[in-house]
Amino acid sequence: MNREGLINASVYLALPVLALAALALDEPFTITLATRAAILALAAVGLNLALGLGGLVSLGHAVFFGLGGYAMGILASHAQSYAPLYDGWFVVEGTKSMPVIWLVAVLSSALAALIIGLLSLRTSGVYFIMITLAFGQMFYYFSISWPAYGGEDGLSIYVRNSFPGLNTLDPIQFFALVFALLSLVLWGMGRIARAPFGLALSAARQNAARVETVGLEPFRLRLVAFVISGAVTGLAGALFADLNRFVSPTMFSWQMSGEFIVFVVLGGIGRLFGPVAGACLFVLLEHTLSGVSEFWLVYVGAILLLVVLFARGGLIGSLAGREVADD
Amino acid sequence: MTEPLLQIKGLHKSFGALRATDDVSLTLLPGEIHALIGPNGAGKSTLIAQVAGGLAPNAGQIVFDGVDVTAFGTAARARAGLGRTFQISALAMEFTVLQNAVLGALGASRSVWRFLKPVMRDAEMRAQAEAALDRVGLSDEAQKRTADLSHGQRRLLEVAVALTLAPKAFLMDEPMAGLGAEGSKRMTTFLDSLRADAPILLVEHDMDAVFALADRISVLVYGQIIATGTADEIRANPEVRSAYLGEEVSP
Repeated sequence: MNREGLINASVYLALPVLALAALALDEPFTITLATRAAILALAAVGLNLALGLGGLVSLGHAVFFGLGGYAMGILASHAQSYAPLYDGWFVVEGTKSMPVIWLVAVLSSALAALIIGLLSLRTSGVYFIMITLAFGQMFYYFSISWPAYGGEDGLSIYVRNSFPGLNTLDPIQFFALVFALLSLVLWGMGRIARAPFGLALSAARQNAARVETVGLEPFRLRLVAFVISGAVTGLAGALFADLNRFVSPTMFSWQMSGEFIVFVVLGGIGRLFGPVAGACLFVLLEHTLSGVSEFWLVYVGAILLLVVLFARGGLIGSLAGREVADD
Repeated sequence: MTEPLLQIKGLHKSFGALRATDDVSLTLLPGEIHALIGPNGAGKSTLIAQVAGGLAPNAGQIVFDGVDVTAFGTAARARAGLGRTFQISALAMEFTVLQNAVLGALGASRSVWRFLKPVMRDAEMRAQAEAALDRVGLSDEAQKRTADLSHGQRRLLEVAVALTLAPKAFLMDEPMAGLGAEGSKRMTTFLDSLRADAPILLVEHDMDAVFALADRISVLVYGQIIATGTADEIRANPEVRSAYLGEEVSP
């Protein structure tokens, strides 16, 4: 195992070790904190495919996070009020089943990513950033002004949704579920990065003309990457809403999109475990510094500045050095 | 007469009042090296961009291997069999040399929509990439980062990537640019052997290389082709001599 492999393994194992230690010490809040870090990591792992491998600086990934959140909120609220979602030629009931909610979250955010991608990927650079931001704001204001699902106040769910065979109300069991999903997605992302698609996507980021000259279309590569990326962030959104048993327009806000970028940059852009390291560091700072000062984000800002100025590879990059080519 | 592989018919391209390409017609025959020369500002880059697919002509037609490719984009023309190299190396600088070559093999294999199998472990693509690197003499550098290559090696890699596509024709934009006398000579020898693979439309400033390699030469001046012929015919053409070669070049 090379150095990056060792660092990745320690980042990966830090969360379950923390969660198990907290379980042994009977500190359920710490388990919840670890779960929160794992979910935010998952959202950022999704973004990392577009941002890191594809070079697409999306300031609109909160759209998918929020769609995942509202997929959970809408389905669960109908289930808890026993009012069908749609009652016409056929009946669509709400549901409290996590697998179904995840599927809806993934599909709806993938569809949104497809539409947003089709429109925004025709631009690049700052225009791409602005268009993705604009989509984010559209969803944000729509969710605020749509009263059916709580509008500005958001939507509360009384009981966490269920997963067959697990008691999801038990913090450690819910953590295990989230961590299993994160592991699965990380495995998938690791494969994608080394697969033909990943090579072509990475090449399109480095030199689009080169990719065209070998007969590949950068636009299609980026669009597919954007859709997969959005779907993963959408899944994270459903989990995040389930963790809090609450969903609100905040999940659609551009600050949320910005935080995902911060996770990726802090941890190391384009590194498989970068977003995991970044999200864990962020949650850790949030937890420790918010006790010190209510202006804790100032310190996060300062750290981000240091990383951008002096450690361009982020946490993983500065520890592991330049990425070693796969063979 | 053999059917030309690439036919450019009556191509026009204007930028405002400037006629960068003014009724250009030329052909590329199987097995030949057709050089396109012309002084700076003659419109060579504009013409190359239209042939490669990056720029749409205002009028005219480009037929490649019996297919009208005028409306094709760059990628579609590459898939049709046009292997292009750039004047300024366009490579994925963070990749290893081998990864760049595998990218070419990947493009040629049409199997980019695979998400799980590691591409660098694909024996077939790897073999294709290694064969291409071997041909240009870059086998020893295969694991080097592309950014660490010398300028001359990048030029060779550029050609190697085009080779992995097994194209029906090469379109080369100044492959000798910045190579120096020794490198230029090596590249000339190599391109000479390449015409057996596929014909080359060669844009080049290095006159020694052009006269050594080209079966036919076309001279582009102010967007128009003023002469097409063998090296000897071009040397003897008074119009070309005054417009381009200058009196100090003696045949």
